[in-house]
Amino acid sequence: MKQWYMVIDVRWCHDCNNCFMSCKDEHVDNEWPGYTAAQPRHGHRWMNIERRERGRYSRNDYTYLPMPCQHCEKCPVVDAGYATRREDGIVMIDLEAAKGKEDVVGMCPYGAVYYNEEAGIAQKCTMCAHLLDDPDWIPGIPRCAHSCPTKALKAFHLEPEEMEVMIKTEGLEVYKPELGTNPHVFYKNLHRFTKNFVAAGVLVDGDCYEDASVTLTKDGEVVEIQKTNFFGDFKFDGLDDGKYVIQIDAAGKHKDIDVEIAGKSLNLDFIEF
Amino acid sequence: IRLTNSSTGGPVFVYVKDGKIVRITPMDFDSTDPEGWKIEARGRVFKAPRYTTIAPFTAGQKSMIYSDRRILYPMKRVDFDPNGERNIQNRGISGYERISWDEATDIVASEINRIKREVGPGGIMSTPSSHHLWGNVGYRHSTYFRFMNLMGFTYADHNPDSWEGWHWGGMHMWGFSWRLGCPEQYDLLEDGLKYAEMIVFWSSDPEVNSGIYAAYESHIRRRWLDELGVKMVFIDPFFNHSANMWGMKWFSPKVGTDHALSFAIAYTWLTEGTYDKEYVATHAYGFEEWADYVLGKGEDGIPKTCEWAEKESGIPACDIRALAREWAKKNTYLAAGGMGGWGGACRATHGIEWTRGMIALATMQGLGKPGSNIWSTTQGVPTDYEFYFPGYAEGGISGDCANSAAGFKFAWRMFDGKTTFPAPVKVNIEAGQHIPRLKIPECIMNGKFEWYGKGFCGNAIENQLHPYQYPAPGYGKIKMYWKYGGPHIGTMTATNRYAKMYTSESLEFVVSQSIWFEGEVPFADIILPACTNYERWDISEFANCSGYIPDNFQMANNRVISLQAKCIEPLGESMSDYEIYALMAKKLGIYDIFTEGKDELDWVKQYYNATDCPKLMDWEDFFKKGYLVVPDNPNRKKTPALRWFAEDRVRDTPDWGPAPNQSVALKGLQTTTGKVEFISTSLKRFEEQGFVDEYRPAMHKYVPAWESWHAEVAKKYPLGMLSPHPRFSMHTMGDAKDSFMNDIKDHRVLVDGWYYWIIRMNSVDAEARGIKDGDLVRAYNDRGSVILCAQVGERVQPGTVHSYESCAEYAPLGKPGCSADRGGCVNILTPDRYMSKYACGMAPNSAQVEVEKWDGGIYEIY
Repeated sequence: MKQWYMVIDVRWCHDCNNCFMSCKDEHVDNEWPGYTAAQPRHGHRWMNIERRERGRYSRNDYTYLPMPCQHCEKCPVVDAGYATRREDGIVMIDLEAAKGKEDVVGMCPYGAVYYNEEAGIAQKCTMCAHLLDDPDWIPGIPRCAHSCPTKALKAFHLEPEEMEVMIKTEGLEVYKPELGTNPHVFYKNLHRFTKNFVAAGVLVDGDCYEDASVTLTKDGEVVEIQKTNFFGDFKFDGLDDGKYVIQIDAAGKHKDIDVEIAGKSLNLDFIEF
Repeated sequence: IRLTNSSTGGPVFVYVKDGKIVRITPMDFDSTDPEGWKIEARGRVFKAPRYTTIAPFTAGQKSMIYSDRRILYPMKRVDFDPNGERNIQNRGISGYERISWDEATDIVASEINRIKREVGPGGIMSTPSSHHLWGNVGYRHSTYFRFMNLMGFTYADHNPDSWEGWHWGGMHMWGFSWRLGCPEQYDLLEDGLKYAEMIVFWSSDPEVNSGIYAAYESHIRRRWLDELGVKMVFIDPFFNHSANMWGMKWFSPKVGTDHALSFAIAYTWLTEGTYDKEYVATHAYGFEEWADYVLGKGEDGIPKTCEWAEKESGIPACDIRALAREWAKKNTYLAAGGMGGWGGACRATHGIEWTRGMIALATMQGLGKPGSNIWSTTQGVPTDYEFYFPGYAEGGISGDCANSAAGFKFAWRMFDGKTTFPAPVKVNIEAGQHIPRLKIPECIMNGKFEWYGKGFCGNAIENQLHPYQYPAPGYGKIKMYWKYGGPHIGTMTATNRYAKMYTSESLEFVVSQSIWFEGEVPFADIILPACTNYERWDISEFANCSGYIPDNFQMANNRVISLQAKCIEPLGESMSDYEIYALMAKKLGIYDIFTEGKDELDWVKQYYNATDCPKLMDWEDFFKKGYLVVPDNPNRKKTPALRWFAEDRVRDTPDWGPAPNQSVALKGLQTTTGKVEFISTSLKRFEEQGFVDEYRPAMHKYVPAWESWHAEVAKKYPLGMLSPHPRFSMHTMGDAKDSFMNDIKDHRVLVDGWYYWIIRMNSVDAEARGIKDGDLVRAYNDRGSVILCAQVGERVQPGTVHSYESCAEYAPLGKPGCSADRGGCVNILTPDRYMSKYACGMAPNSAQVEVEKWDGGIYEIY
């Protein structure tokens, strides 16, 4: 049976918040009976955009991770009886069972559930199920995806086998796979949020040196080889924690540099020859 | 039901049920909408997207419509009695009581008539904000001018607040007065897709603003350029959002020193012989003398080397040199500002010379040749430039040819002079009474002011030196202020001045016409509640303002013309501006002249029929469908911007200038020499007449910014504050008002029940001051104090702090105009000094400040 999935490419998210604003537009002051109560005007983040900063001037970047409910196949809130999983994969808070149960908020390992004091119920992203179920809803996708100007955020209605193919061809990952909940939200370029880089500029006689050969190795194995750009810059990204050696060949000279990635990205500034 | 409307951030569908707006979404095209343009370049075909985009303030617009800050009834200040004690000293302090529309309009009408009989219409001052809600009929150039011109008033002239350096500096180098000094951008997307190898974005963040009004339309273009391997480099003291998404390199010059880099780049090209010598020989004036100055053979004797620039700006000399060399080697576009000109450093204390530096660099690389131009990817989309639909600045129902661009085309199509007539201006003409918006407080509080150049000097370069004085000879002084919208405290400079002005006894009467109770609205005697564009009829085109940005619909990927439906009834007793003026016109005895018996929808229809739209769709079908997409015009001749100049031809672009009387045989630029002037002949003439301007010399020079790390004031206030146009809101629109935007993490931060505005600082500066991420801090200088929430990180270099301008909320902790504000009006800290002695523009983008942890004090000064 076809399932709803979201695919979010963090490469193209720049925190414009259209998804967040559209979610509020759809749910604040609007009650969708059978789906969810109206969202409080402030406080809830059914689409929660996390920010991570890496590196230091001038080799630094920011990555944004839009996080809706992950619509997990093994959802602890479902297991506890406070939510149900529809046949199409959308996880819905059980409007009866979850009534008055503030502790439902703590059950979600992704922190995607919020409590609505006024309505006395836990709430979260419904993937705009009330719209997906409505044949008159022409865009046919949740509001967040419809308003995303860079198409970083997309929604798909696919057979699980089709999704498997997309996961492989596009290199999709889930966020925090160690939780083992099998989310229906997949990310592309997730390493920008979860892993680190090492970057520097190569100088020869005080000037930026283009086309230096830079080899990153770990435990004697080559991880990646790059050429420096016209600023003499190189950047190895997607690195796990650990000890690495950077071997640089520039203008007939050679240098080895030992670095350790330990939860932080590194800007080594200039490496001078 | 699904209706249509539009906004400053894109056209929208509005879903309405039971008289209430349910949702507002971007507009999608259907199968009946025509196909857009196609560009073939480098073996690929690029097509106009079949969708539109919206900005975040549009996505959250519903929360601004249904906001508890809406003004729902006419109100009177409780201790204001027009026939007795006015208690002017209590403006900004005392509260309000609800009154009827009849009472409110009676008071306003009798004050207007009294003042006109006492000192003439010049005694009434009014001015709108730079932006209000979208719609060409309801816009300030249209409905507002129609009424105000018929009533008679002194218009507080707007300064070119987003053009400043281009207007006061660039115009003297290459003309473009009709664009306030910014360049044309026609057909540059095709040029870029075909030839670009690198783009240097300098003070440019197109991912955030796409120029202006164009939501995220330009994102796809940079994606294409990226796919084609075009390198993108960013120069901005702030690590902006485009730099994060696209930049291979980020240069962060110290605030106020960008032009040191442009001189060092020019120095590198001069010494390495890598500039377009033939082009410069035929297209530039004064170049040799200027080159000598750059090389250190001028009066200061300083060679403008990369090492020199490193000392000025903090950017490593090797990086500057690497950029200069690659720039000379590759087809490089200079994205100077957000729109091909505009915004950023041009609004700073070094804005004049920064702008001239940008034009100098572009000229040295053959400006206008294929692959070389000033272009920031936000314009130059090849939509049908021949199809006529006016922008909001073309006057609408006012036909005011002096204070809008109505005289270029539209007034002659809109008014037949038999059954329907324009409303020309009488007071705000060259020889009439003026007041500069930036110096309203000085004029009101001191009763006298002198300056040069009336607002936007669009007619000719020489207009900049025309002297003005307040009061104008023979005119009466201002007694009444009719404020339209409330944002000056959050948008002008050193804005405690505006708050203080309101307690001046010379200001006998203040009316505020506003949608929301915010900014300086709470200083009025009478408040008139206006409604939003979702509560009235209107019409407009996506991203088309026109006027000083002719044909800027080319920012959007498609030309989309929207009927702006009256989606709901006005909330409370609020009314559209048109209805408010109609009511006032009745009381003033000018109702028939003002309305011509029409309501807003009648005007919208007259407007529609004055455009080219009926050629595609008659009014009835348009009214039913709600929008119209202009089809591609494949027969249109492609005319890349400034190619005609590069090739010494008569101009072939559809631009509005240079006018025949300001060029020779329709060739060359608007400057006296027709060339790019490295030594400006217009400024030279000023100098010879005795108007010597230290901060705007005839030759483009490295003039250190007057408020930066160089300045004396930096000893006391060492941090350079950058304060650009805001990211999520449109000026003050979208901010505060209890809107959804308050919850955007990078917009405001909730601390102890209050949503604080953000200041971004480097971890080094923060640590030195004992400040942690999320702390409440006081940013201050001699102009005042603002309480903000600190965001600590690497978005700025040590020594620089960043906080957006245009906060809507003004929340003084003590006496208004004297105490610390926790609304977030960082413009309280920006300089009120003019850009230079004879350049009467503002420099809000840079100020020297100090930041400390806030101890809860209210910090009253004066």
